[in-house]
Amino acid sequence: MAQAKLSREDDHVTVDARDVYYRQLNETLRGLVQDGVGHIRLEHVFGQRYIGTNLARPVDIEIDGIPGNDLGAFMDGPRIEVHGNAQDGTGNTMNSGRIVVHGNAGDITAMSMRGGAIFIRGDVGYRTAIHMKEYRDKVPLLVIGGTAQDFFGEYMAGGMVVLLGLDLAAGEFHRASFIGTGMHGGAIYIRGEVQDYQLGKEVGVQGVEGEDRRRLEEAVRSFADHFDLDAAGILAGNFRKLYPKYLRPYGTHYAY
Amino acid sequence: MKSYVLPEFWVDRDDYRCIRCGVCVNQCSYDTHYYDPEDDVVRAREERCTGCQRCAVFCPTNALTIRTHPYEYRPNANWRKENIRDLNRQADTGGVVLTGMGNDKPLRIYWDHLVLNASQVTNPSIDPLREPMELDTFLGAKPDQVDVTCGRVQGSLPPQIHLSTPIMFSAMSYGAVSYQAQLSMMRAAGEYGTLANTGEGGWRRELRVYGASTIVQVASGRFGVDRSYLNEAAMVEIKIGQGAKPGIGGHLPGEKVTPPVAETRMIPVGTDALSPAPQHDIYSIEDLSMLIYALKEATHYEKPVAVKISAVHNAAAIASGIVRAGADVVVLDGIRGGTGAAPKIIRDNVGIPIELALAAVDQRLREEGIRSRASVVVAGGFRNSGDVIKAIALGADAVYIGTPALVAIGCTVCQKCYTGKCPWGITAADPRLGKRINPDIATQRLVNLLRGWSFEIKEMLGGMGINAIESLRGNRLHLRGVGLAEWELEVLGVKGAGR
Amino acid sequence: MEELQRIANPFGDDKAMDACGLFGAMHLKGETFSGRDIIIAMANMCDRGNGLGGGYAAYGIYPDYAELYAFHLMFEHRRAKEATEAFLEEHFRIAEQGEIPHRPVPGVTDPPLLWRYFAEPRPGTAAPDDFVVERVMDINTRIDGAFVFSSGKNMGVFKGVGHCHDIGNFFCLEDYEGYLWTAHSRFPTNTQGWWGGAHPFCILDWTVVHNGEISSYGINRRFLEMHGYYCTMQTDTEVVAYAVDLLVRRHHLPVELAAKVMAAPLWTQIERMEPEEKKLYTVLRQAYASLLMNGPFTIIVANRDEMIGLGDRVRLRPLVAGVKGDTLYLSSEEAAIRLIEPGLERAWIPKGGEPIIGRLADARVSGQGAALLDQAQGQ
Repeated sequence: MAQAKLSREDDHVTVDARDVYYRQLNETLRGLVQDGVGHIRLEHVFGQRYIGTNLARPVDIEIDGIPGNDLGAFMDGPRIEVHGNAQDGTGNTMNSGRIVVHGNAGDITAMSMRGGAIFIRGDVGYRTAIHMKEYRDKVPLLVIGGTAQDFFGEYMAGGMVVLLGLDLAAGEFHRASFIGTGMHGGAIYIRGEVQDYQLGKEVGVQGVEGEDRRRLEEAVRSFADHFDLDAAGILAGNFRKLYPKYLRPYGTHYAY
Repeated sequence: MKSYVLPEFWVDRDDYRCIRCGVCVNQCSYDTHYYDPEDDVVRAREERCTGCQRCAVFCPTNALTIRTHPYEYRPNANWRKENIRDLNRQADTGGVVLTGMGNDKPLRIYWDHLVLNASQVTNPSIDPLREPMELDTFLGAKPDQVDVTCGRVQGSLPPQIHLSTPIMFSAMSYGAVSYQAQLSMMRAAGEYGTLANTGEGGWRRELRVYGASTIVQVASGRFGVDRSYLNEAAMVEIKIGQGAKPGIGGHLPGEKVTPPVAETRMIPVGTDALSPAPQHDIYSIEDLSMLIYALKEATHYEKPVAVKISAVHNAAAIASGIVRAGADVVVLDGIRGGTGAAPKIIRDNVGIPIELALAAVDQRLREEGIRSRASVVVAGGFRNSGDVIKAIALGADAVYIGTPALVAIGCTVCQKCYTGKCPWGITAADPRLGKRINPDIATQRLVNLLRGWSFEIKEMLGGMGINAIESLRGNRLHLRGVGLAEWELEVLGVKGAGR
Repeated sequence: MEELQRIANPFGDDKAMDACGLFGAMHLKGETFSGRDIIIAMANMCDRGNGLGGGYAAYGIYPDYAELYAFHLMFEHRRAKEATEAFLEEHFRIAEQGEIPHRPVPGVTDPPLLWRYFAEPRPGTAAPDDFVVERVMDINTRIDGAFVFSSGKNMGVFKGVGHCHDIGNFFCLEDYEGYLWTAHSRFPTNTQGWWGGAHPFCILDWTVVHNGEISSYGINRRFLEMHGYYCTMQTDTEVVAYAVDLLVRRHHLPVELAAKVMAAPLWTQIERMEPEEKKLYTVLRQAYASLLMNGPFTIIVANRDEMIGLGDRVRLRPLVAGVKGDTLYLSSEEAAIRLIEPGLERAWIPKGGEPIIGRLADARVSGQGAALLDQAQGQ
């Protein structure tokens, strides 16, 4: 395995990650961040795991290539931008910071996420936003430009998720089934069509007005900013909000 | 709807002794006792009584006797009282029957069929009161060999956690147990030089001063898990399963999610805290490996990472996989392991006894030559120091105790933890009930327990002519079986007594 | 190999358990390419295995002997080789034989004797495929120290104990040209690993690589036993291979429907189908209930004509598909595909239970996932 090759200009550092094992790569990043580097560009990333996991300071990391699983797991502060697709576990249990993915992201994106923001331009895999949480003003945000696969928002206990369906053909439904099963907190905003059977029995559907509308507009605008898209055009679409019908979905599940 | 469930307990009040002081009325959080001013008498709603004995202990005139209700159905070996009661509870509610604490069914307790050795004539026993006796235990992966060059150890060594006694406090999360109960266990662990486990319900800021003696848990709910949570503890434990409820998740009922619990878990007040059955980033052994290394990355390879599983049929194979996946400690929790809440049908029917699982796992890891790559910790129904020392002889590095610690601070094993109304303040959600535990006293009682058991272990070690616990670890020649079948002796890897 | 069961499952567990990373690449028009890139892709997913097993299946590598059965064998000792060769002589005409080329590689230790034989059954043998299957079983279960890696035509399995890329280098796979490759890195939990236990598992020219653990293994196996399959190696992979053989070769189901037996649609999905379709899937589930593969799995099944990727119906294990020109890729991780094919045109996550099938005959990829290709590519 190779050592990471660095080139440096002021507080901008470019790292060639080709053939560098994740442990060396992440150690290198940690060293750079400790040295106060503010902007890191990673080139030739192919599947290295846990990028951003061991960093606890705001730093901008740009990734060319395809980062490995658990991108930004447990991450606290860094801002990561991926020019390509991300794999499974992006933003797993992420606490703060930001991840922007210009392509797709895989399964369990934003699993147990508890703060910060994730913007995915393309599609996401199975079980996205599963068990996302929020507490008071710490509300994680996930915006997806494309569509999602099954068990989207399963067990959600908080947070804000926006699914835009920008690439769906006219009349095409979103792909996920079991949306929001077991959901008991947070909100999912969906643009585009879903059929009733695709929704979990624990979610209710309503229009997007007032404070909800304001939050949605804010989220869509920052999404559009990252990808040079027209926020107004996106917002002109038909949105619905999915909300948990019950604070305690399993309140009657037990015989006490 | 009228319930057909009969009361489980009989409140026997000696009216001659009763002074109408109202202590029982105040102490019972289930509102079993009430004062009737018209007749100037204290009465009981027996259907509410859980048999916790709080009132009996605190009655100043010993006027109360709480005993099993003497009602009888027609005797029937198949349709016992318990079956009929559970059926009625389900017909009342349509729900899953809940329970608390460990399996109470008469499964064979192998500890009671294992006996220890002692030195006679050919080697001397040791007197631990006057001679050195070491219980020091280190948890963590051990190098296969030590590379010494010019008198110096080469290379970086995997992190190790020191225990002054091989007994730790099991995972009990805040919310399942009260703040005072958790505080007392963490303080006691710190004072005695061992570890207490936060469980998966987060870790309150003010308890982090005990970080050096704390294990934090990462489970399917990921409650309160962030980088500081991981880095401020001594060790991180991934919880895959629990002996009382293998294969299922947990629902901390909404009534236990009070504002401070909500804050610690980072979820809204009053919502059910759902821990999914699996961790959704672990569907396979290579996924487990991925989480182990995610945690190692997040803690800069400075903390041992443990993986806890329920003892199940293929525990040996699974444990081998866990070690190969990079875990520093493997934790096994047997079928008698306790819980704050579990479906009774799961608790009573799923999993295998810890004795057999431990013996199989230790043996398998040795056969594969990887036993030193991880420590083995066992849990699930340890009642006394005899059970502990037998576990060590079977091959454990250390044990977790849960129920004994709770009993030390008042628990009477009434199995109603899931109600959140524990009159002893242990599994209580109501902060006023939690205050029934004085953390200073509870800490002292827990330290006393560790001290007493440790003395006993030293006595037994000394009797075997051993003065360091590692000489007993996995030393099955010091065990013999009594009343066991051939296959049981074979699994346990011990000879029958007399052989 | 006598006592195959004991060797494959040394501790007598319910079965041998493992998990892994897997990869497949197929040129849909049959153009061949070297195994070099497959090794690179597997090296990239090294962390998915634990160094206790890796292997490859390669199709189209023996064009000069395309009409002959190519037997890849391992022998633990000379006696095994002598006994096997006598056995082969008795039943087959051997056209060519030799050691399977390999070179020393750090991390691959104590290899068995590795030989290959190009042969055909003695003239007059009826049903040669069945004959070959039976003789392979004979060798695997009766000749001490011998085990057949593969027995198909114009293909071969290369596998052993070590990290997958080390095994690839060990067998000099960059020197082979094939049009279809599958690969597997193994993470066994209850065996130290033995050379025959690595994937792919092969029967004639069918190969299977598998990731996950099938919770329904017990009943899958008992059902297959009822149909005359004996699961000697006690692995999930073997069960998958036999199930495919039963459904496709013996019961003549199209591969798409065989996939729907193993990863059946949920009853709620069936409820929403049109009447004829509903009847089909209802009957399939009822008749083949015991072949539902429940629990996490992803498999890549291949034969000389096709490569099939399939995940369980709720997608508990990863599988990514990608296409560049006429090449179909399947992988546990997308990065491995992009590393060897930076110009990938499309990559997508197939729906759980929906097979992705690459076929030589019509040179195309089918499967519902393919109709829903994602266009968003990032760059």
